[in-house]
Amino acid sequence: MTDTTSGLPGPEPLLSARGLRKAYGSTPALDGAGFTVDAGEIVAVMGPSGSGKSTLLHCLAGIVKPDEGTVRYAGRELSALGDAERSALRREEFGFVFQFGQLVPELTCLENVALPLRLAGARRRDAERRAAAWLERLEVTDSGPKRPGEISGGQGQRVAVARALVGEPRVVFADEPTGALDSLNGERVMRLLSAAARETRAAVVLVTHEARVAAYSDREIVVRDGRTTADLTAGAL
Amino acid sequence: MSIGHTLLGLLEAGPSHGYDLKREFDARFGQDRPLHYGQVYSTMARLLKHGLVEVEGVEPGEGPERKRYAITDAGLTDVAQWLRTPEKPEPYLQNTLYTKVVIALLTHRSAEAILDAQRSEHLRLMRELTRRKTEGDLVDQLICDHALFHLEADLRWLELTAARLDQLRTAVVVA
Repeated sequence: MTDTTSGLPGPEPLLSARGLRKAYGSTPALDGAGFTVDAGEIVAVMGPSGSGKSTLLHCLAGIVKPDEGTVRYAGRELSALGDAERSALRREEFGFVFQFGQLVPELTCLENVALPLRLAGARRRDAERRAAAWLERLEVTDSGPKRPGEISGGQGQRVAVARALVGEPRVVFADEPTGALDSLNGERVMRLLSAAARETRAAVVLVTHEARVAAYSDREIVVRDGRTTADLTAGAL
Repeated sequence: MSIGHTLLGLLEAGPSHGYDLKREFDARFGQDRPLHYGQVYSTMARLLKHGLVEVEGVEPGEGPERKRYAITDAGLTDVAQWLRTPEKPEPYLQNTLYTKVVIALLTHRSAEAILDAQRSEHLRLMRELTRRKTEGDLVDQLICDHALFHLEADLRWLELTAARLDQLRTAVVVA
């Protein structure tokens, strides 16, 4: 499907949003935000706490339905999809990394990483073989047989990145992935996440308030009061 | 910090004498280093020569004649251009950035746009350093990290200022 609304030549971005509005009760979280990311591109979403960064990420990932505006992914409009289709999209084509608390505490780290593949129907041996390769890539092979409670925060985040990438998603959504880590561990997570995303040509939507984390991106957008930079700077001077 | 551009920015609010300009500059920006009279007059002579200001009137007094300066159209363009151009990212930029933000508020321009342009310029350099660091050895990493932490400190100041612009606008306009 081609983009008939912009009239611009060239391929449609992999994921785009336009005119997003979302309010929680009487509190507006997004007020006309827009966004685009191409395949293989890393875009940082910056802005102060409460500016609407995470709501934007949730709308882009189809977790939250905007009150107004559209989100398009690979030529399809997310609002036109049913709940089951949206869940399938999130499971099969998107990967998620959050600040913490995303690993299942009862499973070993290897089983955690294999989980998305198992849910998609892969056999246990095949899923765990692929999971082990991702743990190695993220330099946490030793964590494989351990449970999340037995490893450090930095190791846990690298296991979480492995889990987000194991299904080779086309888009990785990372919400403050280094927020709970010290500088050195945060750098390591970002170095490995960005390298793996570039190798697999996954797009990354990286929500962060830290400039040193945003510096791993290809470009940044800033969210302020629910609006995004393009709207903020146009003709402002 | 560019004294010439700052004085021009102050003149944008209305014509003024050199002495009053110095006093306003010192009150707003000269906390540590007030301007010398010589600096003001040499700067005004340079601005005059380049057509960025003009002498609107001369008032004879007991001492030397008092010239009243006004900004020209070329001067207005020059201030706009200065405010629009982000500074080269380097440590200890706060003075210049602070000055630009205050002048933007005084002249009813968008201070947010200045901060946004500067953030983008800082991040451009931070990306370059991050790339060098990722591809380099430990020495490269340590050298790049030093620069990255300084640039990050600038950016944190910038975000804090962006969050306090409404307060600053009130303070600046009342001052």
